[in-house]
Amino acid sequence: MTIRKMLMASVAVACAAMPVSALADTADKKIALSNNYAGNSWRQAMLTSWEKVTGEAVTAGVVAAADPFTTAENQATEQAAQIQNMILQGYDAIVINAASPTALNGAVKEACDAGVTVVSFDGIVTEPCAWRIAVDFKEMGRSQVEYLSGKLPDGGNLLEIRGLAGVFVDDEISAGIHEGVAQFPQFKIAGSVHGDWAQDVAQKAVAGILPSLPEIVGVVTQGGDGYGAAQAIAATDREMPIIVMGNREDELKWWKEQKDANGYETMSVSIAPGVSTLAFWVAQQILDGKDVSKDLVVPFLRIDQDNLEENLANTQAGGVANVEYSQEDAIKVIEAAK
Amino acid sequence: MKLRLTSDAMRLLIPALSMTVLLAAVFWLQPRAMSYFGLNLLLNLAVPIALATIAQMLVMAVNDLDLSIGAFVSFVACVTATFLRDAPLIGTLILAGAVGVYALIGVVIYLRNLPSIVVTLGMSFVWAGLAVLMLPAPGGQAPDWVRWLMTVKPPLMPMAIVASIVIAIVAHLIVMRSSLGVLIRGVGGNQRSVERAGWSIIAARAAAYGLAGLFAVAAGIALVGLTTSADANIALRYTLLSIAGVILGGGEFTGGRVSPIGAVIGALTLTLAGSFLSFLRISPDWQIGAQGAILIIVLALRLVFNRVEKRGARP
Repeated sequence: MTIRKMLMASVAVACAAMPVSALADTADKKIALSNNYAGNSWRQAMLTSWEKVTGEAVTAGVVAAADPFTTAENQATEQAAQIQNMILQGYDAIVINAASPTALNGAVKEACDAGVTVVSFDGIVTEPCAWRIAVDFKEMGRSQVEYLSGKLPDGGNLLEIRGLAGVFVDDEISAGIHEGVAQFPQFKIAGSVHGDWAQDVAQKAVAGILPSLPEIVGVVTQGGDGYGAAQAIAATDREMPIIVMGNREDELKWWKEQKDANGYETMSVSIAPGVSTLAFWVAQQILDGKDVSKDLVVPFLRIDQDNLEENLANTQAGGVANVEYSQEDAIKVIEAAK
Repeated sequence: MKLRLTSDAMRLLIPALSMTVLLAAVFWLQPRAMSYFGLNLLLNLAVPIALATIAQMLVMAVNDLDLSIGAFVSFVACVTATFLRDAPLIGTLILAGAVGVYALIGVVIYLRNLPSIVVTLGMSFVWAGLAVLMLPAPGGQAPDWVRWLMTVKPPLMPMAIVASIVIAIVAHLIVMRSSLGVLIRGVGGNQRSVERAGWSIIAARAAAYGLAGLFAVAAGIALVGLTTSADANIALRYTLLSIAGVILGGGEFTGGRVSPIGAVIGALTLTLAGSFLSFLRISPDWQIGAQGAILIIVLALRLVFNRVEKRGARP
């Protein structure tokens, strides 16, 4: 039985690996990951995904090496030196999550001049010779309102929970939400608070603004704040509005409980830490000689009513829902940008 | 005949030795580094660090410590990537003004008898704030001449090495060979006797801080020349790196005992140590510790040499 299983598994692996290794002209190429920071759960998940997916790719012979490097301190000058060291180490491609969008440009230019392919993601670099896999935060905000318009055709009042004031990401998502409201004018933003992407802050902020608000049909969020909002609203006698979640484990768990209890419906959207593996495959595709547009967009990881259980099961306690990308996913993203 | 080393040369021996050992280790780990192109990649980011280290050394020569250098270099970087490119005259004026402020700080610290650490720590917030005001989001662009200067490919030796040698010679001439340098070191060694000899302490301190500001400005410009654009937090690491560089290069916190050539070597050594650890593939969790270990080893070596030196001096 076990031997049969093992045989079947090895056949499956061989089948899976064969078309890949037949295609790959990248078997002797080395790819490095230059990461500026590893101090939170999102970045830890990002590095774990990288090691898992690239480890398999190296074993399958798609690339010769895919080594991750993280700078000890989150400093641009240190990361610039790290990138220059990678050029010396002879990597064919460098995948970067950058400490600064501009301060690494000199090092990135050196890499390009030395014939190294540079792919930046999440924390992108502005140097034109590098590829950028950027997050479309605006679309992330807009899609929430679009979802609500499907659920609530009559519209109504929305509560907006924003992130950390003065941070670029907060401005972008909020701008997207306001764009969405302009597109679906049946909605109106009745109030907005800063939840700092943290459940406890969001709970306090929402509890503070609730008494002054009319009836709320939906809560648009930025991630990390949905559970806190739900707690604050549950403490009142208001009816629970549709709270858009942000893929955090506590948010998904609460949603699951509500779904089982009273059929509560919503959706959840955020960026998966596994985006590092998408960047890896994009770099591999570029090394393979594919024509890839310099600006690519990260697909969101969206969780809906029907795939909630599956995603919740795959999410670590206290973590963020994650997905690892495959070569096919990368090819899809590349095709979409053309 | 017995070979006799002067105490200054002795002081340079350890930094030079540690740099050579590290360089050999890097070459052994990564033979590709042993080329014109490789050496430049390995050391070009050390050029702004070397300039910042000289700036720190000048402040340390008068027994003070400058905790604002990282923020100041970041500020200069922001000015360079914005004003110095778009309006060179205004940019130059701003930078000249900044050097003036540096000299003024030196005077204020002396006149009010304030601890330099507190004043410069306070100033670091001022510089950081100004940098953010000037460049709220990372960006800007290096002036073309700066970019040219930092990417020029001189014959025989890469830019990084030529620049390091030039910096070392200029700083050596100023600090060790000019009468102003003697005066500055004298203030660090024994302020009272310099004062009694009829020199103006205020002028000497203003000059030391002003020169430090000048070298820090050069560090910021050089950094932008390498990175092509700026960020308000670009050089925060330079504060501690520059202090470590001075100490590694044979300088001391007190007594006006500094060595410009040693300081440049110290800056290069620190940069090499980073690359060495990265080539060794030490996990980032251990890297800071390993960097500290290298520092401690070099300093321990120096203590041993100092002891030997003292014993030798005894009749």
